[in-house]
Amino acid sequence: MARKGSFDRALVLRACVDSFVKLDPRVLVRNPVMFVVEIGMLVTLALTFDPSLFGSAVRPGGAAGARGYDLVVTIILLVTLLFGNFAEALAEGRGKAQAESLRRTKTELMANVLRDGRYERIPASDLRKGDVVKVVAGELIPADGDVVEGIGSVDESAITGESAPVIRGAGGDFSSVTGGTKLLSDELVIRVTANPGETFLDRMIALVEGASRQKTPNEIALSVLLAGLTLIFLIVIDCLPPIAKGLGAHIDVATLVALLVCLIPTTIGALLSAIGIAGMDRVIRFNVIAKSGKAVEAAGDVDTLILDKTGTITIGNRLASAFLPVQGVDERALAEKAALCSLFDETPEGRSVVDLARQMGLTFRREDYADARNVEFSADTRMSGLDLPDGTRLRKGAADAIKRYVAEQGGDLPGDLDAVVERVAKEGGTPLVVAENQRLYGVIYLKDIVKPGIRERFEELRKMGIRTIMCTGDNPMTAATIAREAGVDEFVAEAKPEDKMRLIRREQEQGRLVAMSGDGTNDAPALAQADVGLAMQSGTQAAKEAANMVDLDSDPTKLIEVVAIGKQLLITRGAITTFSIANDVAKHFAIIPAMFTSFLPALGALNVMHLTSPRSAILSALIFNAIIIPLLIPLAMRGVKYRPTTAMQMLMRNLLLYGVGGVIAPFVGIKMIDIILHALGAV
Amino acid sequence: MTASGIFAIFLVVLALVACGWPLGGYIYRTFAGERTWTDAVAVPVERAIYRLIGVNPDVEMDWKAYLRAMMVSNLVMALFAYAVFRLQAVLPLNPAHIPAMPPYLAFNTAASFITNTNWQNYAGEQSLSYLSQMIGITFLQFTSAATGLAAAMAFLRGMSRQKTDALGNFWVDLVRAHTRLLLPIAAILAVLLLALGVPETLSGPAVVHTLSGSMQTIARGPVATLEAIKQLGTNGGGFFNANSAHPFEDPNAWTCILEIMGMGLIPTALVFTAGYFLRSRRLAIVLCTLLGAILLAGAYLVYAYEAAGNPILAHALGLHGPNMEGKEVRFGLPLTSLFVAATTAYTTGAVNAMHDSLMPMSGMVPLLFMMFNLIFGGKGVGLLNILMFLIIAVFISGLMVGRTPEIFGKKIEAREMKLATAAMLVHPFVILVPTAIAMALPSARASMGNPGLHGFTEVLYAFTSAAANNGSAFAGLNGNTPFYNISIGLVMLFGRYVSIIAMLAIAGSLAGKARIPETSGTLKVDTFAFGYVFVAVFVIVGALTFFPYLALGPIGEQLQLG
Repeated sequence: MARKGSFDRALVLRACVDSFVKLDPRVLVRNPVMFVVEIGMLVTLALTFDPSLFGSAVRPGGAAGARGYDLVVTIILLVTLLFGNFAEALAEGRGKAQAESLRRTKTELMANVLRDGRYERIPASDLRKGDVVKVVAGELIPADGDVVEGIGSVDESAITGESAPVIRGAGGDFSSVTGGTKLLSDELVIRVTANPGETFLDRMIALVEGASRQKTPNEIALSVLLAGLTLIFLIVIDCLPPIAKGLGAHIDVATLVALLVCLIPTTIGALLSAIGIAGMDRVIRFNVIAKSGKAVEAAGDVDTLILDKTGTITIGNRLASAFLPVQGVDERALAEKAALCSLFDETPEGRSVVDLARQMGLTFRREDYADARNVEFSADTRMSGLDLPDGTRLRKGAADAIKRYVAEQGGDLPGDLDAVVERVAKEGGTPLVVAENQRLYGVIYLKDIVKPGIRERFEELRKMGIRTIMCTGDNPMTAATIAREAGVDEFVAEAKPEDKMRLIRREQEQGRLVAMSGDGTNDAPALAQADVGLAMQSGTQAAKEAANMVDLDSDPTKLIEVVAIGKQLLITRGAITTFSIANDVAKHFAIIPAMFTSFLPALGALNVMHLTSPRSAILSALIFNAIIIPLLIPLAMRGVKYRPTTAMQMLMRNLLLYGVGGVIAPFVGIKMIDIILHALGAV
Repeated sequence: MTASGIFAIFLVVLALVACGWPLGGYIYRTFAGERTWTDAVAVPVERAIYRLIGVNPDVEMDWKAYLRAMMVSNLVMALFAYAVFRLQAVLPLNPAHIPAMPPYLAFNTAASFITNTNWQNYAGEQSLSYLSQMIGITFLQFTSAATGLAAAMAFLRGMSRQKTDALGNFWVDLVRAHTRLLLPIAAILAVLLLALGVPETLSGPAVVHTLSGSMQTIARGPVATLEAIKQLGTNGGGFFNANSAHPFEDPNAWTCILEIMGMGLIPTALVFTAGYFLRSRRLAIVLCTLLGAILLAGAYLVYAYEAAGNPILAHALGLHGPNMEGKEVRFGLPLTSLFVAATTAYTTGAVNAMHDSLMPMSGMVPLLFMMFNLIFGGKGVGLLNILMFLIIAVFISGLMVGRTPEIFGKKIEAREMKLATAAMLVHPFVILVPTAIAMALPSARASMGNPGLHGFTEVLYAFTSAAANNGSAFAGLNGNTPFYNISIGLVMLFGRYVSIIAMLAIAGSLAGKARIPETSGTLKVDTFAFGYVFVAVFVIVGALTFFPYLALGPIGEQLQLG
């Protein structure tokens, strides 16, 4: 799903067709800026048929070729409209294609539903909330639901794009299944949790298609401003003819329309909805389903991120980071014993012990111990290890378990053991004690490993003014260590689900917007309370219901990226608005002298760009106004480049680029178009 | 241009800022209900007034109630003034036996003074009795200034409070604006003017024998008191037709400086008051620096063009030297130039030179300042315009930092944008539409004092002045016709109240919002970086819209001169 997709040939072709369909005034009226352009085009079209419709047929530069001039203006306006429509159609296109394939999946669905104790086969669209269905291996799951019986592997690639199957089973936090996904093994009995039209698939179709797309609050506010600006320029233009007439000057209607279209913010007007759709699309391509555009926008505003420690900040497994021998034991000796007792231990912890020993230059080969017996960890003994054929028994495990084990065999407990164990615990690690028969060697320091790069991410977030709060069930000591290592701003240790809720409320009371991710049912209230709640696709139905976004990859770290996408969406909107408004300066200088030139030749001094002729000046400005739209489509679709920095640095950078750039660019662009027009002999 | 002239202008502006800062703090303490050194005298007076008008000063109003009180009080006062003007012939204090004002003119005059515009389609000494000058004109000059001030204070409260609907009590604000600010400062100013030679009398016009042996009637009256509030309240409506060019209103260079200080004092102070309310001294410094720089630039532009003189005279007659037409020698070019810029920047409208006689480009400076309507601006309403454009600038550029735009912790959403856009829209609307109508009507065109571009500038100036509630006239245009009396009257009313209503509604909605704590991700409004954005936005959105008209007016005229 790389960028290439956005300019796919079929999509472009379809967008071209849609651009014409969208010329329908009933569609266009929703966009006041472009609607004004359309009205203008109709006026100049009428003038093309009858150049003296509004009186004189004199155009800038003389009466000759009035009809041609009107026609050219009409065509440029038409092209302007088509460019705007094309941008929107292109942005919608990808979603539409995706929606179609999803819809195909949906229509094929059949269900085995339990009715009066027997299973009947009915179309999935007849399923209701509370129905119980049975799915066997190889079938598509007909609707969203919770597994009530059985366990099986499910291929969710139709929704997540992830081909590795996932396990779903009754009870616990992995019981939810989604309609349209495929059961690969075993049998599941599922209670349906969504009525037709409300399923995840339905919502996803509506979302990608943009059918349920409502203008987001910020988009509405911006539309109001754009409509206001359009109205101002309508007044400015409408008042010109009587005043000019009073002064004995004549301004023709086609030129007035040209001036109007150049001055109203057509660039942002044309691209506004494309920016919004593309922003949503970026979220979808990122494998996050946002239930509304509002949620994406809110993500940009987030002040506080609440993150679970395990799986988000740390990689979730504890890894060996040091060997701490007790008195009288060599570190290498401890390492050797530790590695040996972990040799066949397939857990990440076990493997990390062997890896650490290898890093110290020790070598082990499993083949050499083929006849040894691996002792798996059990909750009973809280130990694991290896029994060698010569009777040597190696053990590692929780401190008290090993201590008991050694004591039982009559071994001595080294005096400094407790101190070492305590030190590890104090530093937030987990101590694993190693023993060989009755001899105690020392401690393996298992550490919660902070994900690589996460510290830098938090640093970036802090620059953007976003605070991070870590929630963990660990004791305060362990939590403090991880918090320090990861660089979070605050942490809550021994957190219970209610604590998260309290935390969110506290932050919100201080006026902050809060985002969090979660997957369990007990996360649901907090997800609903948070301004941005990201649920994991692997999580429970309740969590997914409560959140306003679902991550299909079930990666809680994505919350950070969602924030970035939200910000990028707003920045893109602001940048193109600024650019559009800044463009007006040059357009004034192109058109005003040209418009009044016959009446007030002295105004030629304002023709700072030295444009060839009045007609060329007006047409160049108008052409620039049109082609800037397709030139900015990639920017609108991709979003303005976004680097996490402080607000003021971001403001300065974007202002220089889009504000100052927006003032300068049209001076250059209009001049170039003028030169080209002149060279072609067109004017 | 001379170095001393340039320095003099700079010095006066600097003095304004220097006086504005402490006064801004005092205004803040007064309207935030904190203790001030005037409490000892003012509190008992205010208590008596509240008891008299039956107001409980402790009850605060939401924005609708505040607005209602403001509109009702303004309506009553306007009707009262209208009645006085219409009945002045039969009322006392009319030693010159001036007849009643005709209805259209009385409407225009009442609208003009209730809106703090002071557009005068009449000559004060010939059309108004002393009573009308005092309880019609001077009265409204106080109350209209106080009304604008109150609206600005309500807005600042709305912006600085959170989760409330209370914006203060209009009656309390109105009373305090008088007792704490306008009356004391006006009294000091009047005494100073009196000392510097401005007359103050209730006797009728003086009849004197001139040196050449003929008789002359010299108009006089209670000038010093009116002059004080005329300047202080950014009113501008003079006692005499010649306004501050008249030797009785503004006898010398010192009174001229005093009058410039008078009109600039409170609007400059209010920028600092805003800084105090919003807990940001930086905001005040940034705004004051940028707006002060624009004011200076305007004054220097006028100075430069006037000092260069008229190129046609130079070419045709070989006459070099500054353009002194319509200016008073006793003020000189620098003070005249600063007065021209200041009277429109502060939307006062007093004039000490004929703006009609300025070189076209210098004539564009007052026109442009009134189109901006926020180079400090008028009493209170200037600050409201500044805040309105701050909101719009924050909205446009605030998006570029990737957050929903917010100003001082308050989110700008669709409702605020609707209202701010309406407030922004009304200004070009009430300037351009009536100008277009006037230019289309032969009868209205006949009022123009000059043909062609200059005549058009006169009309454009008239409506711009009315819309900005400035009141200065380009002169040349005969405004005392039914068309202009009514149209200018309406423009003044819409120009003032639409934006006040919209801004109070915004204040109401901002007050209800919780304040979002500032982080490094927040756009900081009180920085020079954002200050430039603010200037760019009001120049491009607020003034560039008028570019075609300026091209047809002053710019075209100047270019024609060569």
